[in-house]
Amino acid sequence: MIRIFSILAGLFFTAALLWSFGNGAYSAITDPAAVTAEEMFHKHPKQLALASDGAFGNFDHRQLQRGFQVYQEVCSACHALSQVSYRDLKQLGYNDDEVKAIAAKAQVPAYNAKTGEVKSHKGLATDHFPPVVYGGQGTPPDLSLVTKARHGGGAYVYSLLTGYQNQPAELLKHFPDAKVPDGLHYNPYFVNLNIAMPPPLTGDGQVTYGDGTKASVDQMAKDVSAFLVWTAEPSLAKQHQTGWPVLGFLLFATVLAYMAYRNIWADKKH
Amino acid sequence: MSFPWANDYKPSHPFMQWMDSRLPLPRFVYDAIGAGYPVPRNLNYWWNFGFLALICLGLQVVTGIVLAMHYAANAGIAFDSVEHIMRDVNWGWLMRYSHANGASAFFVVIYIHIFRGFYFGSYKPPREMVWLLGVVIFLLMMATAFMGYVLPWGQMSFWGAKVITGLFGAIPLVGEPIQQWLLGGFAPDNAALNRFYSLHYLLPFVIVGVVVLHIWALHIPGSSNPTGVEVKSESDTVPFYPFFIAKDGWAALAFLFVYCAVVFFAPNMLGHPDNYIPANPMSTPALIVPEWYFWPFYAILRSFTFDFFFIPAKLMGVLAMFSSILIWFFLPWLDRSPVRSGKYRPLFKKFFWYGLIPSVLVLGYCGGSHAAEPYLMMSQLAAFYYFAHFLIILPIVSSIERPDPLPFSITESVLGHDDKAALGGKAALGAAA
Ligand code: HEC
Ligand code: HEM
Repeated sequence: MIRIFSILAGLFFTAALLWSFGNGAYSAITDPAAVTAEEMFHKHPKQLALASDGAFGNFDHRQLQRGFQVYQEVCSACHALSQVSYRDLKQLGYNDDEVKAIAAKAQVPAYNAKTGEVKSHKGLATDHFPPVVYGGQGTPPDLSLVTKARHGGGAYVYSLLTGYQNQPAELLKHFPDAKVPDGLHYNPYFVNLNIAMPPPLTGDGQVTYGDGTKASVDQMAKDVSAFLVWTAEPSLAKQHQTGWPVLGFLLFATVLAYMAYRNIWADKKH
Repeated sequence: MSFPWANDYKPSHPFMQWMDSRLPLPRFVYDAIGAGYPVPRNLNYWWNFGFLALICLGLQVVTGIVLAMHYAANAGIAFDSVEHIMRDVNWGWLMRYSHANGASAFFVVIYIHIFRGFYFGSYKPPREMVWLLGVVIFLLMMATAFMGYVLPWGQMSFWGAKVITGLFGAIPLVGEPIQQWLLGGFAPDNAALNRFYSLHYLLPFVIVGVVVLHIWALHIPGSSNPTGVEVKSESDTVPFYPFFIAKDGWAALAFLFVYCAVVFFAPNMLGHPDNYIPANPMSTPALIVPEWYFWPFYAILRSFTFDFFFIPAKLMGVLAMFSSILIWFFLPWLDRSPVRSGKYRPLFKKFFWYGLIPSVLVLGYCGGSHAAEPYLMMSQLAAFYYFAHFLIILPIVSSIERPDPLPFSITESVLGHDDKAALGGKAALGAAA
């Protein structure tokens, strides 16, 4: 009895699936999906080698400081960094006084629950980076987690920053209606090819590095990407440093336990 | 129950004797996972996964309780509180990554555990109850994992919650009221987040309770084994302690090694990047997908693209998705082959390896992709096979298949001979199945 019901139920589901399959196959043949401009012209991120890559990766503090400088002088005009607090910057090698001085340059709004007022105060080391008011086109996302929130991570940010170009003539040949809309900029690394962010890194020497590194566009893009890898995962280096001893211990324990197992079963066929 | 030759607990220490006559907890442990529990000697490594599942359950409970000390279930600050755990709480990142990847590890383990059951016929009498309780556990695990994923309140949390509770909206007439009642509103918000958090903390303890029943039910007939031939005599078994403690122990450490490699070196490998974007009801992600362990079921849900007679496609998908798991409840009565282990079932074996496994893998692959061709057609074919396998093929195969000859006993399959088989083997052979 139950098997008759079962076979009937089976026929019900399989028939409904065949129906969907048949209809889908029919429209796939009669009305094949057209290729879109994104599918044809979107590019995967370029290669970017950072000191923090791989299972032994550690942060290059000098590069992070340079990247922080790029963020401060360029990106912070539009992008917030709300998950990061000023005291976190000590991890980049700044000392207490430097951190306090960096914080003091910022005005941090604070809500007073008693008066209901929002008043700004000079930033303290314990404050987080303040929100940013942006009046231009598009919505600049908070950058704290951006390298974990996009496929490709740091390499994606680097590619995006160095990927601006003129819209290829070939694209317009295939898709005459796909001209870059006003106020947007062509960038093949961005999901839909047209990004609202104007190219932020425009010329060599846009910032002046204290450590003498030449501030080419490529270098600045690399440095700020490295910095954003840190802001997204400040504990990355610690994860690697903890991981190896843990794995070493587990390997040792596994081998011991395996030998114990072999020993216990030695004269038990199984 | 146990076998007549099981060792009897004889405490020698006066304190243990005192304890044994008042609260025989040590005896309980001795009989459950100690020298007092005889286990088939021929269990292969697929039988280690129940123990690994216990380890996962323990890990999830411990790391989850620590996370709950720092997490704030409030739609305004949930996302930031998770980042606070990652950045400011000592070893917070370790707790969070252990918990998130622990869920994945748990599902890897449980899928292997379930498919072990499919292949070796573990669901057959006298272990139907073990199996049924297992399916209940699996459903509870899915509910727990789904609600846990909502808690960080990222984009995928929010939109996942919206899509999944939206499934109830497919029920005719009462669907929308039910959906609003579940969410406590028209869309996921603070009310939903708080009730999901409450249930996410509760359900694991319900799972612990059902696991106790699961193992209790298992210990009545004892474990099956790769031959599927039931235990006949003492030479078929070894005591759980030390033999299986040693085997489960080394397997558990090996498992922890792989798990920690992921936790420390690729903790976001299985996650979706969009969940690092705070929930935003105004911006729909390009692709809404659940965590990887739901992909096969998600693919089934999306396979129904056309209304079937008067049944709307969406309702059909919801029905099929829930049915795809609920049919496991009937498995012991659909597969009527008297032979338990797939090893001795030539026809079943082919359907298992060339049908069921590929179709589930294809469904998993498609479930993580866009709902577009060719993925839709692929998942329709795979889902076709999936339902046919359980509802049509298994009942028919079990009545037409001619099984391979079974060994007389576990002992014979291990040693190549069993003295008892030589004595009265012929008569017992039929019963061996
Ligand atoms: C003039 C304002 C402005 C400046 C300066 C600026 N950005 Fe942006 N950025 C934007 C806007 C607007 C968007 C949103 C783009 C969109 O969604 O089309 C954006 C988006 C982004 C994105 C996300 C792209 C995505 O995948 O969604 C990244 C990463 C980014 N910016 C990095 C940077 C970095 C690094 C800098 C500094 C070197 C920087 N931006 C400087 C305005 C700016
Ligand atoms: C929290 C999750 C679970 C835990 C902790 C758990 C634990 C265990 C343990 C310890 C065993 C004995 C060891 C072994 O055979 O591997 C076992 C056996 C078994 N489990 Fe589970 N289990 C879980 C979920 C499930 C699920 C989801 C199913 C099926 C849907 C299932 C079905 C079975 C069956 C049929 C057996 C008997 C196997 C045999 O003797 O051949 N279990 N379980």
